[in-house]
Amino acid sequence: MTTYLLCGARLLGGAPTDVLLGEGRILALGASAAEDDRASSAEVVEAAGLVALPGLVDLHTHLREPGREDAETVASGTRAAALGGFTAVHAMANTSPVADTAGVVEQVWRLGRDAGWVDVHPVGAVSVGLAGTHLAELGAMANSAARVRVFSDDGHCVDDPVLMRRALEYVKAFDGVVAQHAQEPRLTQGAQMHEGIVSAEVGLAGWPAVAEEAIIARDVLLAEHVGSRLHVCHLSTAGSVEIIRWAKARGIPVTAEVTPHHLLLTDELARTYDPLYKVNPPLRTDADVEAVRAGLADGTIDIVATDHAPHTREDKDCEWAAAAFGMTGLETALAIVTSVMVTAGRMDWADVARVLSSAPARIGRIDQGERAQGRPLEVGEPANLTLVDPDARWTVDPAGLASASTNTPYGGRELVGQVRATFLRGRPTVLDGLAVEPVRDAGALP
Amino acid sequence: MRHLLSAADLDRATAIEVLDAAAQMAATQAREIKKLPTLRGRTVVNLFFEDSTRTRISFETAAKRLSADVINFAAKGSSVSKGESLKDTAQTLQAMGADAVVIRHPASGAPHRLAHSGWVGTSVVNAGDGTHQHPTQALLDAYTIRRHLTGTTGNPDGVGNDLTGLRVAIVGDVLHSRVARSNVQLLHTLGAEVTLVSPPTLVPVGAEAWPCSISYHLDAVLADQQPDAIMMLRVQRERMGGDRTGATGFFPSPLEYTRSFGLDARRLRMLPDHAIVLHPGPMNRGLEISAEAADSPRAVILEQVANGVAVRMAVLYLLLAQERETLA
Repeated sequence: MTTYLLCGARLLGGAPTDVLLGEGRILALGASAAEDDRASSAEVVEAAGLVALPGLVDLHTHLREPGREDAETVASGTRAAALGGFTAVHAMANTSPVADTAGVVEQVWRLGRDAGWVDVHPVGAVSVGLAGTHLAELGAMANSAARVRVFSDDGHCVDDPVLMRRALEYVKAFDGVVAQHAQEPRLTQGAQMHEGIVSAEVGLAGWPAVAEEAIIARDVLLAEHVGSRLHVCHLSTAGSVEIIRWAKARGIPVTAEVTPHHLLLTDELARTYDPLYKVNPPLRTDADVEAVRAGLADGTIDIVATDHAPHTREDKDCEWAAAAFGMTGLETALAIVTSVMVTAGRMDWADVARVLSSAPARIGRIDQGERAQGRPLEVGEPANLTLVDPDARWTVDPAGLASASTNTPYGGRELVGQVRATFLRGRPTVLDGLAVEPVRDAGALP
Repeated sequence: MRHLLSAADLDRATAIEVLDAAAQMAATQAREIKKLPTLRGRTVVNLFFEDSTRTRISFETAAKRLSADVINFAAKGSSVSKGESLKDTAQTLQAMGADAVVIRHPASGAPHRLAHSGWVGTSVVNAGDGTHQHPTQALLDAYTIRRHLTGTTGNPDGVGNDLTGLRVAIVGDVLHSRVARSNVQLLHTLGAEVTLVSPPTLVPVGAEAWPCSISYHLDAVLADQQPDAIMMLRVQRERMGGDRTGATGFFPSPLEYTRSFGLDARRLRMLPDHAIVLHPGPMNRGLEISAEAADSPRAVILEQVANGVAVRMAVLYLLLAQERETLA
């Protein structure tokens, strides 16, 4: 098996150092790396000026397979993920059929293994068919080959408080977590965009902030009551940040995520009526964007997750109300975090590693064992690494992205920070910014 | 002017230009031969995704009086209900030689998409989109107000005037009303002071940023402001006290609405003598407007209909005929 010597990489933005990867692990670091016997035959990767991060972990990806292979497949989506610097993604359950049985989650898990770009960890549905009435067989999914630990009806809110309570309690048996899509359904019937000054003017039905905040407030209290872990998906409002801050101060075991688009874009974009900006939860106001940035910087918000939501062209090339919610994000996430948090001086690279790798891996309970993700960059740890050029400026070209869908809201936008290489257990999935042969693995570690 | 999508597209000078052109058009409509040759050989498509016989007929009449060829395309349902997509429908009509598309659509922003997505190259006129805009309605309302309240013996149509200093109350379901949104913008642009009067449930969150004042009390507005014009918005019966599908109503009952926001004989008497009563139609007699008010001499509701043809002639003329002159 090939070994790789990364020369001059800055681990978490620190001083340049050499990194020797082989046998799926980090074999050596620093001066000893080049001197290591195993380095003599190593393939050298020039990494001067590049920042080395642990392989990124996405807790919230829509890969669309099975069911909507016209929008994305596990293969195309995970290739996009690798190009975005990810080594693991959690595939949401709202496929067709829904991932609410051991059979479907194992299918997705196997498709991920076959593709070999990143580790695919299926998310199991909380309720049968995402219908919000009966618990799905959470135990069967947890005990399947896919070892599901994250459960979510994402796309739908588990709005029935009793069902939510039961789910929170039930997953304790296998250290699972319920990831809630916080959206009070009655307050958001027909909702199209954030309810506020812009919605009033453009005449699109409003999605009020309170519909998110009310569910988060209820759920943190439920989590406290039953002593369960709760994860809040794609938090988007200033009020939600305040509630999470309050809950954490009380010691409630809640974690929260924000998407790259909620860190960058606002509801003003709805004035274009271009459905590329239609997403759920909707783009909010400047004040909300500032609040989620502050919440991410101070640790109130634990992670950034993409909510990568590919859609076919016809689902976006229409009037706003007819369009699907969602935008792609795997290949732009790191650059947006770099642009709005690192370059702006609000986070350092260790923080980026935390919010995009170690914390999501920990929440998803994929941070232990042979295939651990989100681990420190230390000798003996799995060689999951991403090399980023922190200063590279690039302009997003939707047609140039690898996702099978082109519904990125960032077309033509200049971002800072570009993924140059990604290693999955010591083998490159991306080199020089280009995808390379997938790791056809799989089973046993090398 | 390439498209007319929103009253916000019109600055003061352009709005007055349209109204003045409408006055010229109206003058021709008093003649025995009403037809003008202006748009001979041009094709106007009325693309209606919502039933609206009145607006469609008004645009059709306007186009025909200008000698344009008119194609009426009533598209039942839309891509919302998974029929043919808006894009395909519009491109089909363009392939048939349309010069302008007049579109009525239940989705806010559909005319904007048609004009700006690169699907078609025709001029686009918004004939009402969702709960967004209905700019020709605002123009005909402004035209009617201007004529009645600024016209003089020497200048009966108020040509060249704006609406500075006039007070206009717009009463009813603002939340769902494209007429209200368009009128707030256009009347403000023309210098009028607009007050929206509505139950709080029918005022959109965010309306506080609009260039108007907002009141929940019709009697107080009538007594304190003495509006020069009052516009009653149609209240749709399905918005009332909830329905069988479990939807929650915006107010408790039709009777309660009428008591607080209906224009009845008593409230009619509270208006100053010169004040006029407008309604975009169709009216719910006995709900937002009583028969006394609707049939009173102050009501200019039928005149609004007539002025609608003149205003739409002016809009089509300015979009199509001027464009050709500019090119030539």
